[in-house]
Amino acid sequence: MMYALLLYGDENVGPQPGSEEFAEEMKEWFVYTQAVEEAGVMRGGEALQPEAAATTVRVRDGKTVIAEGPFAETKEALGGFYLIDVEDLDAAISWAERIPSVGYGSVEVRPVMDTSELPGME
Amino acid sequence: MSADDALTEIFRTEWSRVVATLVRELRDLELAEDVAQEAFVEASTRWAEDGVPRRPGAWLLTTARRRAIDRLRRDRRFANRLPDLVTGDTEQPDDRTIADDQLALIFGCCHPALDDEARVALTLRSVAGLSTREIARAFLVTEPTMAKRLVRAKHRIRATGIPFTVPESDRLADRLSAVCGVVYAIFTEGHRRSDGVELLRPVLCDEAIWLAETLVELLPGDPEVLGLAALVLLTDARRPARTDEDGNVVLLADQDRSLWDREKIDRGLAYLGAAHRRRRVGVYQLLASIASLHATAESHETTAWSSILSVYDVLLLRYPTPVLALNRAVAVAEVHGPDAALGAIDELAGSLDDYEYLHSTRAELLHRTGRTDEAAAAMGRAIGLSGNDSEIAWMRERIASWERIAD
Repeated sequence: MMYALLLYGDENVGPQPGSEEFAEEMKEWFVYTQAVEEAGVMRGGEALQPEAAATTVRVRDGKTVIAEGPFAETKEALGGFYLIDVEDLDAAISWAERIPSVGYGSVEVRPVMDTSELPGME
Repeated sequence: MSADDALTEIFRTEWSRVVATLVRELRDLELAEDVAQEAFVEASTRWAEDGVPRRPGAWLLTTARRRAIDRLRRDRRFANRLPDLVTGDTEQPDDRTIADDQLALIFGCCHPALDDEARVALTLRSVAGLSTREIARAFLVTEPTMAKRLVRAKHRIRATGIPFTVPESDRLADRLSAVCGVVYAIFTEGHRRSDGVELLRPVLCDEAIWLAETLVELLPGDPEVLGLAALVLLTDARRPARTDEDGNVVLLADQDRSLWDREKIDRGLAYLGAAHRRRRVGVYQLLASIASLHATAESHETTAWSSILSVYDVLLLRYPTPVLALNRAVAVAEVHGPDAALGAIDELAGSLDDYEYLHSTRAELLHRTGRTDEAAAAMGRAIGLSGNDSEIAWMRERIASWERIAD
């Protein structure tokens, strides 16, 4: 099954860019990503820029409304994701618990919808 | 044994075996359960006429598999699962495979990615084989409500990819404690209901005992599983004495111990002995040790209260929870007197202020120190927090009896 591991965290918690801890953690991310790739389960993934760089777009009554910032102000923001293809939820959890930020942030494990099983998708 | 009882007994033992095998083969709990159900219904009519086949389990499995094939042919979504099943039609798994499948089924139903209600309901339905109606009645909800809960849980299992496998060894201990937690939750709900009219819901106690003993068979030698089996048996042994003929509560101190179920006590003690020999202590084993000290005492007065107190001390060191601390206070009262116990309880008032048993325990202790007015007030608090009619009636009676003495 394909899972998205969605990385949430408070942008002010954990190693901050420019610090020595941040450089240390970058190495951990590199090692982790390499492990996901070497296991042959990596299907994609990116780190996202902070919420300050976000723009939210809505179309209501035919009119486009553009707003600065994320769609909802939450304490824990989406900071990035991995897309992995593994056997089951336990395997996905095993990858999630190894993510470098899991000690101070949260990882939401979300199965990817299998569109081939949707009605109308012949 | 009547023919009906014999059938019930076969269904009892075969249900989780058949469902477990089907879940492995079909990789879908809902489908597995549906076709197992159909096979069991067919068996109940066919066997009544033709007699029980030599290998009832094999008959049920084969029938269920045929039903599954019929359904899968009708539903293209599952077409890719068909080939395995068609070729495997005549094969019967051996006992070792069935045992592994049963364990996998239990671990799947008790997966931590499901909420507590879902785990309890699924375990009772899929593993213990209770009908949706029986589970609904045990939890005092309507049958459609329980059916919805079960369907939602099964859909969640499918959508999230919760596996039906025995977990890897590095997470086995954690996951096993989740399984034990579900079984114990079922037992405690049966043993002391949180709502409703009657104090007990024996069906839940019986199912929890069956589940615990099944786990012992499947994971022989695991000390926590042995401890759990010991705990539920030793506690449940008191069931016949816990209520009088009118269904009223009888306190441990006042119970007629000759009514206690000796057979259950012996079985519980045997499990506890086996657990101790493994030399790895855990929460269920410790709770079972306390239950065993009650079970083997001739009277309330001659109970080994100081031993009970020491076990609580060990328990609290490892699992510092307010409810355990409250139970420890009861032992404190027997060893050091009610004043010492009241002191210990007052420390818990912050965290357990909404907990009925804090107030009823406090009331009993206050009464013992002669502070009847305060005791009645504390019991009043407990009445306000209880949702169980039988308990409320009993607590009212306690207040009335104290007032009679005071007059």
